[in-house]
Amino acid sequence: MNDQLVIDKVTVTYDNVAAILKASFSLAEGEIGCLLGPSGCGKTTLLRAIAGFEPVIEGSVSLHGKSISTAKYTQAPEDRAVGMVFQDFALFPHLNVSKNIGFGLSKMPAKQRDDRINKMLALVSLGDSAEKFPHELSGGQQQRVALARALAPNPQILLLDEPFSNLDAELRTQLATEVRTLLKENKVTALMVTHDQDEAFAMADKIALLNGGKIVQVDAPYQLYHKPSSLFAADFIGKGSVINVGIDAAGLLGNNLGSLSIQTLPKDLGNTVKLLVRPDDVTYDKTSDTKLPIISKAFLGPNYLYELALTDGQCVPCLTQSHIDIPIGETLPVRFDLRHVVIFNGE
Amino acid sequence: MEINSAISGSKAASPYSGRSWRLGLLIVTMIIAIPVLVIVASLSQPFSSAWQHLFDTVLSDYISNSLLLMAGVGFGTLLLGVSAAWLTAMCDFPGRKILSWAFLLPMAMPAYIIAYTYTGILDFAGPIQSILRGIFGWSYGDYYFPQIRSLGGAICMLSLVLYPYVYMLVRIAFLEQSTAVLEASRNLGKKPWETLFLVALPISRPAIVAGVSLALMETLADYGTVAYFGVSAFTTGIFRTWYGLGELTTAAQLCAFLLLFVFALIMAERWSRQRLRFHHNSANKKLVRMQLKGWHAYIALLIGCLIVGVGFVIPATQLLIWASSRWQENLNGAFLSLLFNSFSLAAIAAICCVIVATFLAYTKRVFNSRLELGAVGVASLGYAVPGTVIAVGVLIPVAWLDNKIDFFSRAWFDIPTGLLLSGTIGILVFAYVVRFLSVSLNTVESGLSAIKPSIDESARSLGARPAQVLKRVHLPILRSSLLTATLLVFVDVLKELPTTLILRPFNFNTLAVRTYELASDERLVDAALPALAIVVIGLLPVLLITKSILNERARHE
Repeated sequence: MNDQLVIDKVTVTYDNVAAILKASFSLAEGEIGCLLGPSGCGKTTLLRAIAGFEPVIEGSVSLHGKSISTAKYTQAPEDRAVGMVFQDFALFPHLNVSKNIGFGLSKMPAKQRDDRINKMLALVSLGDSAEKFPHELSGGQQQRVALARALAPNPQILLLDEPFSNLDAELRTQLATEVRTLLKENKVTALMVTHDQDEAFAMADKIALLNGGKIVQVDAPYQLYHKPSSLFAADFIGKGSVINVGIDAAGLLGNNLGSLSIQTLPKDLGNTVKLLVRPDDVTYDKTSDTKLPIISKAFLGPNYLYELALTDGQCVPCLTQSHIDIPIGETLPVRFDLRHVVIFNGE
Repeated sequence: MEINSAISGSKAASPYSGRSWRLGLLIVTMIIAIPVLVIVASLSQPFSSAWQHLFDTVLSDYISNSLLLMAGVGFGTLLLGVSAAWLTAMCDFPGRKILSWAFLLPMAMPAYIIAYTYTGILDFAGPIQSILRGIFGWSYGDYYFPQIRSLGGAICMLSLVLYPYVYMLVRIAFLEQSTAVLEASRNLGKKPWETLFLVALPISRPAIVAGVSLALMETLADYGTVAYFGVSAFTTGIFRTWYGLGELTTAAQLCAFLLLFVFALIMAERWSRQRLRFHHNSANKKLVRMQLKGWHAYIALLIGCLIVGVGFVIPATQLLIWASSRWQENLNGAFLSLLFNSFSLAAIAAICCVIVATFLAYTKRVFNSRLELGAVGVASLGYAVPGTVIAVGVLIPVAWLDNKIDFFSRAWFDIPTGLLLSGTIGILVFAYVVRFLSVSLNTVESGLSAIKPSIDESARSLGARPAQVLKRVHLPILRSSLLTATLLVFVDVLKELPTTLILRPFNFNTLAVRTYELASDERLVDAALPALAIVVIGLLPVLLITKSILNERARHE
């Protein structure tokens, strides 16, 4: 098995309540994974179980083929080759940047250690800040020190706990891309935790979506967005509305939404379906006869996001260019482009 | 340039034009600074022949004993304070919650009281040696028993009652340091005990330095313990030079040298408080304590009980036994008038302190310029200056003033006034204010800082003048801070020995002075009643701190 990290049916309790229930997930060597979910879904607890800060009640965590956490055995955090970047970075305030980075290298001979520290400093481009103390650094720099410190002992896996949440919004996506490039270039296996799907999309090869302590879907970012396997996934990822529509045997939808190709439909459909309608599934078309009243609209800079009412009162989103500016209460001519639409069984 | 002038222009037209307030601040600060200035100025006086005598005989003892005392108490309070803080903040075991406030109990015990209590317990006729002799059949001279009335004994006594300073500050530092930093250390391959020495202790270093500095300031200020144990330290030297040799100037000059030590400690303490800012970690996560199991838990509990037992329970029980054995003889009218003297003196001093502190804190808050910051800084130095030094610094200018008044009164009215001010309650209260102002100032300032500036501004925009803002907005909000400040000063005054010994009016006794006199006359059992009264009152601030610990526990658990 060339899987670097295997989480097998892991259950973790927190104050006697199951915070993670029978979660399974794996990462291949060099792969970047992400645990994504709303706050309180247990994703940080799972990360802490991998680091060895929380014991598992059942199941197992193995690293590079070796079991490190089971119901009976929890390897001490200091004995695992697991690196961790903490949410608040947790830099040691009494040590300067190089000593922070060198903290986990005390078993190395001095010469080798210095080389490693310099290499890590260069890696995160902080060569000129080696003597500075954490409080003298900006948030982005502190984050890079935390990353260098965790990577210095050459861990088998790097864990990142909400690594960008302490930074300015502008810095976040930029840093996420930078960190991804750095990890990929150095072939680091990494697993990060976030509640922000943009960060997850920017960083990860593989996303595990969690809800209420359970992993509900594991997929690549594209699949997760376009093929959510549950209503929760559909609702949590991206914008869109789920609407109930009647459907007949020929695939013709109610509400004048057009028809769906009967071949692509799952069997055993009832006579209503739930449709996930993304803003890009409804397009503005001046020539269309389908004119829907505008309930609300939001200016997003390059786009307007309209909320339109169907004949039965349910709402669908529509993204237009921002120069298409029609007041609330009037109607917007649209065309439904339902090729990518996601269908769930009705009631 | 235009912008600059606009800014300075707006400053010139400041909405606060209370010139009299600021003048008042300056005058108050200057009066408070007089005792220390007098002591420093004494260095410009010619050094008398008494110096040669001191130099040849006892000066090296004063210096070496004071240094040894500081080194010993520094180590002792560090060891006890850090252990206690580590056990209650970072570990969990049965009894931890009780210990976390019980560790404060020794604060209620003034060092001179615990010193004479242990003398009674440990000396030849005391219970410990009697029991040992009973068991082993020894008699006098057969065995070695450590002599408590020694430098080592003084170090033990002072460490036992002063470690709570270190404990309080370090405990908060441990609680506030982010758990993530400790976890990061584990994650990077360090065992729990390596984490303690590599991360937790270095991060808490500023708190440790601040706590030890406070404990050492008290050590330098101590007179009762060293005098009772016959250890020649600076404070006993000052008393001896003055009362023994009658050399007031030389005593003042000795005080000035003592101040050198004090200022070194002040620098250490202020430096470390500044460092504290950087050592603050952001995350306010749930604290994860190390669960101690089995014999680890028993050892932790044993260490805790030992510290509290030796530092408080045993001496307090002994005092209780002594006091109850003679209460019928001792609980008489004389004792009641002693109580009345002490309480009324402490109450007057406390109220004066709080009034001055409120005035200073409020002026600083409203004007908040360099003048006010400096003035408040000077006014709050008293906590570090030993009571002996302040008493000498008060006595010299007052005696000078008395002489002048007497001279003019004789010259103009032909009435000799004698020592009009010296030896009055007023002078004693003034000395207390100088010594304990910072205690009340800290409390009032922290209370004031909780009131947002926008509250002031809204009151001013509604037409209230600064004085009215104080009366109508701040005082009602500040009431509990003011009560706390009054209580803290009240208790400190009640315990204060050397200042009272030097400045008290003739035949005016307080609990502290009476305890000390009786103990010095080897009437240990009779001394127990006033001593016990001081300890009981001393428990009040412990209760206050306990309350705030319980509140913060709600936040951390």
